[in-house]
Amino acid sequence: MNFCVFTEWHDKPLDEVLYECCELVEDPSFPTVKRWRENGGKVAGHFQVYFPEEIADAAGMLPFKVRGAPIESTRSDSHFGSYLCSIIKTSLDAVLTGRLELDLFVSHPICDAARNLAAIWGRNFDYPCQILYLPQNPNSSHSENYLCDEYKRIGNIIEKVAGRKIEEHDLHRSIEVFNENRRLLRELYDVKRKTPWLVTAEEAYCLVAIAGMIPRTEHNELLQYVLPRLKDRSTKRQDRIRVVFEGGFCEQPPLDLIRMLGRTCYVVDDDFYIGLRWLLEDIPTRGDPYRNLAESYLERSSYSPVQHDNRKPKEEMLLARVQEAKADAVIIAAAKMCEPGLEEQVAYIHRLDEKGIPYFVTEFEENMTSFEHLELQVETFLENLLFA
Amino acid sequence: MDEKHELVGRGNRDGARLFREWFAELSKTADDGGQSAYVFVMGSINEILKVFDLPVVFPEINSLQTAIRRVAHEYLAEAEDYGYSPDICGYVKADVALQLRGGSHPMGNIPKPSIAVLTNACNTYIKWAEIWHRMYDIPMVTIDVPGTREAHSKTWSGNPQFENDRRYVEVQLRELIVTCEQVTGKKFDIDKLRVVLGHANAISVGWKKVLDLNKSRPSLFNALTDGTIFLGVANGFRGTETGATYFNELVEEMEYKAEQGIGTLTEEVYRLIFVGVPCYPIFRRFNEMFTEWGGTFINSTYLWFASGGANRGFEYDVDKPIESLAEGVLISVRDAMDSMFHQDCALEEMLEDYHVDGIIYHPIKSCRTVSTGLADVRRHVARKHDIASLFVESDMMDRRVVTEAPMKNRIDAFFEGLASRRRRSLIK
Repeated sequence: MNFCVFTEWHDKPLDEVLYECCELVEDPSFPTVKRWRENGGKVAGHFQVYFPEEIADAAGMLPFKVRGAPIESTRSDSHFGSYLCSIIKTSLDAVLTGRLELDLFVSHPICDAARNLAAIWGRNFDYPCQILYLPQNPNSSHSENYLCDEYKRIGNIIEKVAGRKIEEHDLHRSIEVFNENRRLLRELYDVKRKTPWLVTAEEAYCLVAIAGMIPRTEHNELLQYVLPRLKDRSTKRQDRIRVVFEGGFCEQPPLDLIRMLGRTCYVVDDDFYIGLRWLLEDIPTRGDPYRNLAESYLERSSYSPVQHDNRKPKEEMLLARVQEAKADAVIIAAAKMCEPGLEEQVAYIHRLDEKGIPYFVTEFEENMTSFEHLELQVETFLENLLFA
Repeated sequence: MDEKHELVGRGNRDGARLFREWFAELSKTADDGGQSAYVFVMGSINEILKVFDLPVVFPEINSLQTAIRRVAHEYLAEAEDYGYSPDICGYVKADVALQLRGGSHPMGNIPKPSIAVLTNACNTYIKWAEIWHRMYDIPMVTIDVPGTREAHSKTWSGNPQFENDRRYVEVQLRELIVTCEQVTGKKFDIDKLRVVLGHANAISVGWKKVLDLNKSRPSLFNALTDGTIFLGVANGFRGTETGATYFNELVEEMEYKAEQGIGTLTEEVYRLIFVGVPCYPIFRRFNEMFTEWGGTFINSTYLWFASGGANRGFEYDVDKPIESLAEGVLISVRDAMDSMFHQDCALEEMLEDYHVDGIIYHPIKSCRTVSTGLADVRRHVARKHDIASLFVESDMMDRRVVTEAPMKNRIDAFFEGLASRRRRSLIK
């Protein structure tokens, strides 16, 4: 479609652009989705962590990353018991309350709670509510063939919802757009790693988060505008501890928490919205696009606690992230009640102990509103490092 | 007649004996430093492991036994001291502590693993096996079984999607065989697999029959208590002659009880379905809170999913052993997953034939796989069926979240409601 769903940043100076980005991320009414639908577009909601958005894009749908919301889960509470993470409740709440309207919902077997979402959604909504079974045994020689077939299956569902066939050239074109997007996001993270004083933690976070809310062509334009201007900023470098934040692969911490971190240290790398940055290199734009997507998912991808791969022990991957970012310390966070995140924390801390890398362990919830205590703890941790 | 009477209770007696023997064997293996495979109840793939004579260890069963024996809190505390959060699965934590204790368990010693084999039926299986992988540097083999993609959309043999999934499972099974050969140094014997599959068939067929026979009125066994014993044998002895004999005899016992109208020790007033995982920290007492009112558990989703889908009674074709094993694993493990993620469908099947008076939903802190969708399932089933239900939360391991008094209050109120409902229906 030839219209923009996020225009607030147009013709504005950098700081105002970044302000508008943060406003959009914190807006619980999902205005970009509304605008897309008002213009006759259809929306493919996909739950965290990774989804091959190119397929939905190629069918002319807006792939929207369902990521919870900064709202109280009033309507969804009666659909869930206790002992569950917040993101699954607020995600359903956003839909039950009509804040977010979808035409298709796809979840993945990322964790025991999220695996239930497609069934729960399906009992409450009439549109297709699917599980995309991403392979949990990427080490099998057949996993690429399997995933290729699975992507084609989900492609068929998307075609039915979109009312349009996905031609091979459509998918190649989408892959090109997303390749450009991945390149720009890598550039943003380069800025974070090399010159973290030029972009604050929350600015970088919002720039990434928006990728899952607007068409990627628009997101590319936004990043193409922002990145050179970020590099031209005259912000002075400060004597701050360089930190990797680990634990934002699914439920997201509130923006205020990220702001707080940005005030106290340089967040030089992280796993916020890692699914939007899952593929590390360009996907080939020749040959079978479904196979290319599958092969990239398996062979050239990042890591998270919800994907097992014998070739990617998470604690070793974290160490590599720390080393590449030249980080001094790690904040190992997990969303409350997030089992994979909490389990991985143990492996992380034991490995970091072995390597003598300082770390701070914490939990968060997307709806938490008080940060004084946490800020004090983080400051104390960082001061100890700074004055050690 | 006396000989026939000996049948009654035989399944429970033999089940308990087999369990003791099984743990004794594991202890011996541990003491001798022998090999073992760590597996899970939903897709143990015991069929292949038995071909390599690998003793199987079910850490889920080890963990629940610590709760039944009322020492789980000691294990949980040890794992939490090691770094594991109070909010993660109690089974995992009890096992971590068991490993930290060198395998010391109330029922004996547990051998260290030589290989971990798991399916994706529960995501925690994967995280759990990663722990062993880190602790022991052993091969960790995931058999990834694609589940139902959307409610009521199951595919079967011949359908292209089913065949894609079946091929994926088959290749993974063949890869597992290679890994087992490397671990044990033994050559794979396909004829031995055929024999094992034959025993597994007897168990699956028997398990399905036993579950079906409990449609009898009164019910023949308590799905929560007796059923858990039968389930243990179905899992621990899968693919063995001992297991096959046990289930042949169990069917004989249940058929006899059905013919004679012999029920459980409870005078059956209300027939109940249990949904979720049992409350092992107060296992006996939990059940009593229902039987005191004449409530008997006639079936449970637990007996479906925790048997790895053996409730479907899938029979392998021993002439095409590996292809058929792949099909059976796909169908059975997928069914186990459906019995957790689409419990409404499982319940609707049960409601059809079992003359049910009420449904007890028991979500637990430890298991999001089973528990996440239960409140929504309850709403959905209540909208479609006029059936009483109770929603009571606790845990399968952690006594800190098991509060007996409020639980009893709610259960009592539920039965008062059931009694009132029955009186009203008689007046109509």
